[in-house]
Formats: sequence, C-alpha cells, structure tokens
Amino acid sequence: MHLKYESFVREPLVDGNKTYHQVSEDIIGPIERKPGRMWYVGFFFSIILLCYGLFSVSWAVYWGLGTWGVNRTVGWGWDITNFVWWIGIGHAGTLISAILLLFRQGWRTGVNRAAEAMTIFAVMCAGQFPIWHMGRVWDGFWVLPLPNSRGPLWPNFDSPLLWDVFAISTYFTVSLLFWYCGLVPDFSLIRDRAKTKLRKLLYGVASFGWTGSAKNWQRHEALSLVLAGLSTPLVLSVHTIVSFDFATSVIPGWHTTIFPPYFVAGAVFSGFAMVNTLLVLTRKILHLEEYITIGHLEAMNKIIVLTGSIVGVAYLTELFISWYSQSWGEMAAFQWRIMGPYWWSYWAMMTCNVVSPQLFWVKKLRRNVPFTFFMSIVVNIGMWFERFVIIVTSTYRDWIPGSWAYYSPTWPEVGFYLGTFGLFFTCYFLFAKYFPVIAVAEIKFVLKTSGDNYKRDMQAIEDMDESEFIQSQHAHHEEEHHDEVVAHH
Amino acid sequence: MAIKKFAVAAFDDEAVLFPAVKKVRSSGYKIHDIFTPFAVHGLDEAMGLKVTDLHIAGFIYGLCGTSTAVGFISWIYTSDWPIVYGGKPHFALPAWIPITFELTVLFAAVGMTLTFCYLNQIMPGVKKHVFHPRQSDDMFVMVIEITKHMKEEEVIKFLQSTGAKETSVQTAEAGWWYGRWDKKEPYELAAG
Repeated sequence: MHLKYESFVREPLVDGNKTYHQVSEDIIGPIERKPGRMWYVGFFFSIILLCYGLFSVSWAVYWGLGTWGVNRTVGWGWDITNFVWWIGIGHAGTLISAILLLFRQGWRTGVNRAAEAMTIFAVMCAGQFPIWHMGRVWDGFWVLPLPNSRGPLWPNFDSPLLWDVFAISTYFTVSLLFWYCGLVPDFSLIRDRAKTKLRKLLYGVASFGWTGSAKNWQRHEALSLVLAGLSTPLVLSVHTIVSFDFATSVIPGWHTTIFPPYFVAGAVFSGFAMVNTLLVLTRKILHLEEYITIGHLEAMNKIIVLTGSIVGVAYLTELFISWYSQSWGEMAAFQWRIMGPYWWSYWAMMTCNVVSPQLFWVKKLRRNVPFTFFMSIVVNIGMWFERFVIIVTSTYRDWIPGSWAYYSPTWPEVGFYLGTFGLFFTCYFLFAKYFPVIAVAEIKFVLKTSGDNYKRDMQAIEDMDESEFIQSQHAHHEEEHHDEVVAHH
Repeated sequence: MAIKKFAVAAFDDEAVLFPAVKKVRSSGYKIHDIFTPFAVHGLDEAMGLKVTDLHIAGFIYGLCGTSTAVGFISWIYTSDWPIVYGGKPHFALPAWIPITFELTVLFAAVGMTLTFCYLNQIMPGVKKHVFHPRQSDDMFVMVIEITKHMKEEEVIKFLQSTGAKETSVQTAEAGWWYGRWDKKEPYELAAG
C-alpha cells in the first residue's frame, strides 16, 4: 500500500475523530431530522420578502417602468446595480469548485457544495433584473435568436447585451450541471439510509439510480475535471462580458479597458464575502464546525484581502488614467464621482472595499468568526456601492448640462431588490434542509490524508529518522509480497 | 439482461481492499464490479479498467458548439439579413468570440453530462440493485459473478481470507440497461 501522507504544515481539513460513517451521520443527519425553530423563522421571513418582491414587480409590470425612479439621464438604476451585484456574488461558487479544483486546493471540499448552491441562487436573482427591466416582459423572448415573422429579424450578435444573455444562461446551466453531478452520489447515500418510503422514493429519483460502481466513479472523475476546466474560463468570461456592457459604450467612467479584470476581481471579492456570510451561519446552525473549520474561513479571508486590494488598485488606476488622459469628459466624470452630489456612495465604496479588508492582514482577525461575519457584510455593502457608483455616477451628469439629473429609487425598485433576497434565502433555506450542505463523498476522499485523527496517527512516522522510515517501508513491502505468494498457493 | 448469481464481499477499509483486488485477480476470479462510497483513486487501474474516453466526447461536443455559433451567426450576417452595426463589417468575427466561446462551453458541458448519464445508465427513476446498504456510506463492496464452474462456498471462503468483513451470495440483474427497473426482487435465476 502506498503511504497516504500530508505535510504537518497544513492544518487538518476535518477536525475531531471522524470515520467514514461518522461523516455521513454528521452531514446527512440534519436532513433526516426535523429542522430547528431558527429554520422555520428564517424560512418564514424569506417567504414574506419574496412575496413583497413579487408584489413590487407586478406593480412595475402593470403600471409600467414609470413607477421606477430611472429617468432619461440615469437609465440604469438600482435594477442593473443589483443585477451586477448578484451576478458578482454568483462567481465565488464556481471559483471555489472549479478553479480551486484545478489548483488542487484541498480546503475547497468543505465549502464547495454550499458555495455552488449560493452561485446558482445568486444567478437566479441576478437574472430577474434584466428580465423585468425589459418593461414589456412578454416580449422577452425577442432576445433569443428564434426564427420569426419580422424578417426574420435576428438579435444583434455584435452587442455586449446579447453576449450577456448567452454568457449568463450558459453560466447558469453549466454551474447547475456541475453542482448536480456532485450531488448525485450524496443523494444515493441519503436514499440508502432512508427509513421512510417517501424519502426513499424522492432521493431515489434525485440520485438517478447511482450505485457507486468503479467505472461510474471513473467517469465521474473525468466529467468533474473537464467541467472544472470548462468552468474556469467560463467564470472569468461571465463578468468580463458583464463589464463589456459598460466598457464598450462611449461614456466617461465606463469606457475603460481595465474593466474586465477589475470586475472579475470585484466579483470574486463579493462572492467570497457572501460565502462567508452564509457559512458562518450554516456551520453554527447545523453544527458543522468540524467540517467548515476556522482554517476554511481564514483561507477565504485571505482571498478577500487579496481581491480587495486588487479592486483598490483598480480604483486608483482609474483615477490616475482619467487625469493622465487629460480628456475633460473623463476628468469631470471622476471629479463629480468623488465630490459631486453622490460623494457619499464613492466614499462608502472606498471605505468598505479598500480600507476595511486590510484588517485581514492580521491573523487573529482572519481567524475570528464574529469579525469574519461582520466583515463579510461590510464587503457586500461596499460592493453594492461599487456597482451603484459605476452605474449612476457615470451617467447622472451627461454631455448636456440641461439634462443633468439626480436619481433615487422608488419603492417598487427597493421592493424588487428585497424580493430577490427573499428568493435567494428561500432557496438557501430549502437547500440547507433537504440537500447535503457539504459534499460527503469529497470529504471522505480527503479524510484519510487531511482528517485530524489520521494526521495525528502520522505523528509516529514524523518522529522516525530517515533510515528507520526506509526500513519500516521495506519491511511492509516484504510482508505484502509474502501474502501474495501465500495466496497464490 | 441476464440475471446472475454473485458473491459479494464488503470491506471496511480501502487499504484492505487494494491487496484483496490484487489477490482476487491473480487467483483467476473476474471482478464484476466494486461499489465504493467515494472515488477511490487508483482502483480503476487496480481492477484493470480502461481509461474513459468521456473527455474526447466532450471535445467533440465543444467543436460542435464552436461551429454552430460561427456558422449560424455568419450565415445570418452575411447572407440572411446583412445589417451594418456601428460601422463594423458584416463578417465581424472578433465581435462573435464571446458567443462562440459560450456555446462551445455549453455544448461540451451539456453533451458530456448527457453522455455520462447514458454510459453509466443513470437517470431519474432508475433503480438498480444495491448489493450492500452501506456501499454509499462506509463499505467497499466487491462483487464476483459465480459461474457454473465455480463453487459458491469456495469463493466465499476465499473472499473471507482476503479480509472481507461481510460476505453474501446474491442474485441480481447483471448487465443493466435502460428500460428495466423496479422488477420484483429477489430475482429468479434464469434457467441454464
């Protein structure tokens, strides 16, 4: 047998004395029990928010987009701000599941399932905004390249807005497939454990009849690897294309080549913040502290301080370039962004996104759970302001001073935004109750190399000196060989 | 599909399973399948399974996506309905890169996943024989087909000697194919 060994420099990914069976118990157990009171309260509030959102959207559809605060000058308000915000949040899941898989980051196993679920729900929320912003939403299918009686007149394939339609629908589909492929074996575990008939039936259907055959696992590994390889450029392309919505237009403040990397970094930044928000709560409520360890939170906080700093550099680069270009339109746009009537949004963005994450250079704070939770909220607020700053403060003072305007949202816009929170948390609460929130099969895969108890067993080997170790390994091989010979006879 | 008799050995540790696989194969038994709760790396190699060609299928699906996007858009913009957008030429290839890329990824991912389901014979509603209730939990379950020429007790005894924690003899569907599930168990052994 080859030796399973991982350096002691890496802290264990699974704490406590875990066996394979204990892992199943810990993660599947909450699904089989009745949820706690916290769950019912949270679920109830989410449904209320969702209903309020439905009402706000219906109002806007019935009376028209005139009920929103957007005007001729600021055509994109809270709706597109929220769209970019949600889609940004939807980047962390695929980043964790795909990019960290390719980079062989073992710690992704504890958090990838919940993060991918979050991605899918966030993209669902994001999708609402462009759809309902169409106004005459019943004509929404016009964005699809379908044969029609108007020519046929096709959509504009040269436009970033159409690229977005393709990018986001592809991203949603591929993320969903990737997520579900991982879920299939875990569903089969729930099915095989099920005591009630209904559970056996439902999880039997959901598990597609998975049995864990060796050939199936081999294909599963191949599929996961290729989907990870496909998702890696995909996740980068999605926010790149979202940034093209702005960058390809000739509007000061938007027309910059730095947008694609700047948007991607911001998306990862806000996505990880949202993962932290959800996981700090999930690990507490479902008692999964031994699987989502402080080490996991710290790893994500490290990514937050990295991407927060990248975003900070991007903000400063934008300012420098606007001065360096000596284009009066550019300079004016940034001057008004910082010191105009919307100064508060710019400074809220700067404080939340650039200054406060720097506290994560301190190890004690990175490993502090309440502080992590607090910072995750701060970062999400900051990233919302970033999108607001880009969208509103680039357009509210346009080329003709006579059409300068101030924009503030009306209640249907705010209600719509709150409604997407309702949608997001309704989905998340259902996920936390009925789905394994941690990838059981993947945890079992890393358990013997990264589990706390297994790492402790390696201490004996760690204490041996070199020659002793070689000898022990040699003896082991001899023994195995001897066994084989015996079996043969 | 044929209904066959199987000797089933359940192991509780993959460190015991690997030498057992070796022993079983070198003793001339043919392993029908091994069911594990997670992907055990190297098991496919130890069992002598071929490397899967699924990724090649993915590549071909991807190419289909690429050609669909480029072919469709260029047909529309150069012959079906040529319009000048923003002074760009009709054949504005750089502007089509994003959609081409997205469709490549979409076709590859969807195609591969469907192929994966087809090859593994899995889909909603499928119900396969589960040899051990804990094969998705913490047991590694090796299954050997018992042919006419083999003695049941001998196989079981041999499997126990390899370190199996639990052994049993079961009758089940062997080669499973779409369209046959939820038949009454236990199966009747086919004559002959």
